[in-house]
Amino acid sequence: MQYSREFLLDSYRTMATIRRFEDRVHDEFATGKIPGFVHLYAGEEASAVGVCSHLDERDVIASTHRGHGHCIAKGCDVTGMMKEIYGRRGGLCAGKGGSMHIADLSKGMLGANGIVGGGPPLVCGAALTAKTLKTGGVAVAFVGDGGSNQGTTLESYNLAKVWNLPVLFVVEDNGYAESTASGWSVGGTQAGRAAGFGIPCVEVDGFDFFAVYEAARDLIARARNGGGPGMLHATLTRFYGHFEGDAMTYRAADEIARLRAEKDSLKIFRAKVGPGGTASPGDFDAVDAEVTAAIDAAVLAAETDAPPTEADLLTDVYVSY
Amino acid sequence: MAKKTYRQAINEAIASEMRRDPRVIVMGEDNAGGAGAPGEQDAWGGVLGVTKGLIGEFGAERVLDTPITESAFIGAAAGAAATGLRPVAELMFIDFMGVCFDQIFNQAAKFRYMFGGRAVTPLVIRTMYGAGFRAASQHSQSLYPIFTHIPGLKVVLPSSPYDAKGLLIQAIRDDDPVIFCEHKVLYDETGEVPDEAYTIPFGEANLTREGKDLTIVAFGRMVNFANQAADQLRRDGISATVIDPRTTSPLDSETILDCVAETGRLVVVDEASPRCSMAADISRLVAEEAFSHLKAPIRTITPPHTPVPFSPQLEDLYVPGVPRILEAARAVMQH
Repeated sequence: MQYSREFLLDSYRTMATIRRFEDRVHDEFATGKIPGFVHLYAGEEASAVGVCSHLDERDVIASTHRGHGHCIAKGCDVTGMMKEIYGRRGGLCAGKGGSMHIADLSKGMLGANGIVGGGPPLVCGAALTAKTLKTGGVAVAFVGDGGSNQGTTLESYNLAKVWNLPVLFVVEDNGYAESTASGWSVGGTQAGRAAGFGIPCVEVDGFDFFAVYEAARDLIARARNGGGPGMLHATLTRFYGHFEGDAMTYRAADEIARLRAEKDSLKIFRAKVGPGGTASPGDFDAVDAEVTAAIDAAVLAAETDAPPTEADLLTDVYVSY
Repeated sequence: MAKKTYRQAINEAIASEMRRDPRVIVMGEDNAGGAGAPGEQDAWGGVLGVTKGLIGEFGAERVLDTPITESAFIGAAAGAAATGLRPVAELMFIDFMGVCFDQIFNQAAKFRYMFGGRAVTPLVIRTMYGAGFRAASQHSQSLYPIFTHIPGLKVVLPSSPYDAKGLLIQAIRDDDPVIFCEHKVLYDETGEVPDEAYTIPFGEANLTREGKDLTIVAFGRMVNFANQAADQLRRDGISATVIDPRTTSPLDSETILDCVAETGRLVVVDEASPRCSMAADISRLVAEEAFSHLKAPIRTITPPHTPVPFSPQLEDLYVPGVPRILEAARAVMQH
């Protein structure tokens, strides 16, 4: 493979961080320590990391309710994220947002979003900012197969095309909108929809980091150079339920075991690099250990951080009022 | 000072802020008009000509016509505001909020709080409201109480050309999302408007008439009717204070309560539907905070709880007018 050892280990580290983060949130949620509800991204890592590897501080992303992976891939601090998920004062949003609203505008992360289809119009605006102020930035909207059916998403395809905005729409098709199969809920195809708006679409194996990385590279470069919006349609899966506590009775009995065995993006990443690659199995094992320690520290920090105070209830509604 | 229309005052406010700050942009349906069409550029300048001429001075990069796609462009305005621009988006009729409300109340209004105070969303949504144009049920509503209900939004209701300019410049310079509600019947109203830029702070009511017998709180176009009623009452020996709160969020509660404490009588005139309206809100405020000062029951004047009708005969019955204000004022005086 033509990738440097440093690139391979950095990319693997981000993917492994997402996986470990989500596995720990899964475990800790089951103990009752995490309030509210959470939607986990485990299984979809190759998409977030393959796309965000091409982005820098000029660029903005908007995410979905399943947003932890996108946050990590765009550079949000995992300790600040974990504190936010625990509802702590030291969280990225001071404990006022929670899992579904994690954001860090200083990192170009315009927020996870509790409204399915909420992100694409916002991303058109972030792209308009980049275009108007000539920053050279691009904006990326992650949407699921469920969000792909919202009018906001379809309207955003059109607006991005009409205004020739530097936008990439990443449709992460994990097969299910909540409990409903995408094969049932999506009329036509994602690529066909893109074609209808005059937007190029690349279909990609969302389990394969390298496939996502290469497809996203061309679409993002095109958008950055004034070529207008593009779509990446990544087929992938989630290992956990729609939300934690979802018994997933709508999935086939052996589905998850089979996907974990055959379609684990981290295992596929290591296999593609191969035993004789520029990064060795020992290198990847070392990254795994490092990531585990970092997430352990994040959980400990979240558990021991203070909750918001009564005064925090009333602040941050307005800049001035 | 020159006499200018409400429409000119709004246009001047936008133009002066666009000259001052390159981050200010305008977007909306037909804001220039004629995009891609064979005829002239700037064909409309907005459906009622409010943004006419802006594209000529500032170009198509800062005066953006949009497809008819309110969800996408109001959301884009919110996203642009959160990432460094100061958009002035036009939602042509306030009635169209039904197709883009998520972008306003779940996105723009909540960024700052949800993100722990680490977001700034300097967005202005200009929108036309109100009855009187024979525009029927889907183009005539006074939906400002719905926006007033949402924490994170500011809501402005200019009642005169002077206020329109000063409040809009304030709105564009403000760092929070502002819903700027323009009454469609007022666009051709004229008044003294300075050429230079000036701001009117939010949350500071304007006393358009001063008196000691009665307090009339009125919003938007209703302020003019309240003024006419107060002038008539004065001829009858009744002196009324007319309070134009100018903004419903923030609301200048203090001025209203102080005035009611002095007069002991309150009439509220609101063009919104009566339930959960500004009339209901002001009545609640005064009943809770100034009950002991009241010498008579509060009277509210609103349309009936119906959609806005089309037929001119019905619409004229629907909209509150001077006779109803006079009737209510005399009733509270005689209580």
